Amino acid sequence: MSGHSEHQPISTKIVISGGFGVGKTTLIGAISEIEPLVTEAAMTERSVGVDDRGERTGKTTTTVALDFGRITLDPTLVLYLFGTPGQERFVFLWDDLVDGALGAVVLVDTGRIEDCFPVMDYFEQAGLPFVVAVNQFPGERGFDADELREALDLDVSAPLVFCDARERESVKNVLLAAVEQAILHRVTRTGVAVPH
Amino acid sequence: MTGDADAFVRPFMVTGGRTRSAGAELRVEALVVAAPDASAASLRFERAAAVRLCVTPTSVAELGARLGLPLGVARVLVGDLVAEGHVRVHQASELSIELLERIRDRVRAL
Repeated sequence: MSGHSEHQPISTKIVISGGFGVGKTTLIGAISEIEPLVTEAAMTERSVGVDDRGERTGKTTTTVALDFGRITLDPTLVLYLFGTPGQERFVFLWDDLVDGALGAVVLVDTGRIEDCFPVMDYFEQAGLPFVVAVNQFPGERGFDADELREALDLDVSAPLVFCDARERESVKNVLLAAVEQAILHRVTRTGVAVPH
Repeated sequence: MTGDADAFVRPFMVTGGRTRSAGAELRVEALVVAAPDASAASLRFERAAAVRLCVTPTSVAELGARLGLPLGVARVLVGDLVAEGHVRVHQASELSIELLERIRDRVRAL
């Protein structure tokens, strides 16, 4: 099941997350070599938050549609991009998705910055390296990086990139930032005397 | 139900009603590859289709999407095909620094 010789195909994934409607599927579609696919995952969820109808508590089963795309990096290396449902109540599904991910992208809409807080908290707790990517349409009123860092309560060392989720080159740079963050995270974790 | 029973196969019939198997722990991105001597000829329905798709390494999630099966069902299907020797699964353990750097270089070259 594991081990990687030169000839064995290897796959990994980057999780694309963010609030509902922020452009996750657009971002995946901008760089995927296939039309983004959808698969359905049945999951057990905790009934939390405002979606609870009131009469039921505890666990319920929900079917969630997962969007994903594929990038063949070389003949034996495939990178998948998985969009997570944005709602907080799908946190159980994130566990499943995050396992084995090299990193994550938190896509942010400047109109609804607070939507991404649960996602960021989750990745921090899970120890998954992530980059924050601000999806900005050309001509939109821009926030500068400092303003956003303050609004996001984001550490200076945490990567923040701007992107246009519709543009392939822009999305490529977001993914690159995510991989670089994963490398940094690994080096820091395995380093001997790196102050935290 | 009436009519041709073969024409419509409920997802849970694919797996004989089970939702857990050796495939339960498979990651969504785990690559499934047809065994070198695998032949879809002896298999039926989704099982045959899955083995044919996996001539090219195909993730568990892709198999689910392309066969119209929920992820959990696709996992069980793959687990069974592995147990029977029709396919192999490649699921990376923690990625090495070298591999991460290779991914970075390839992404940069996209």
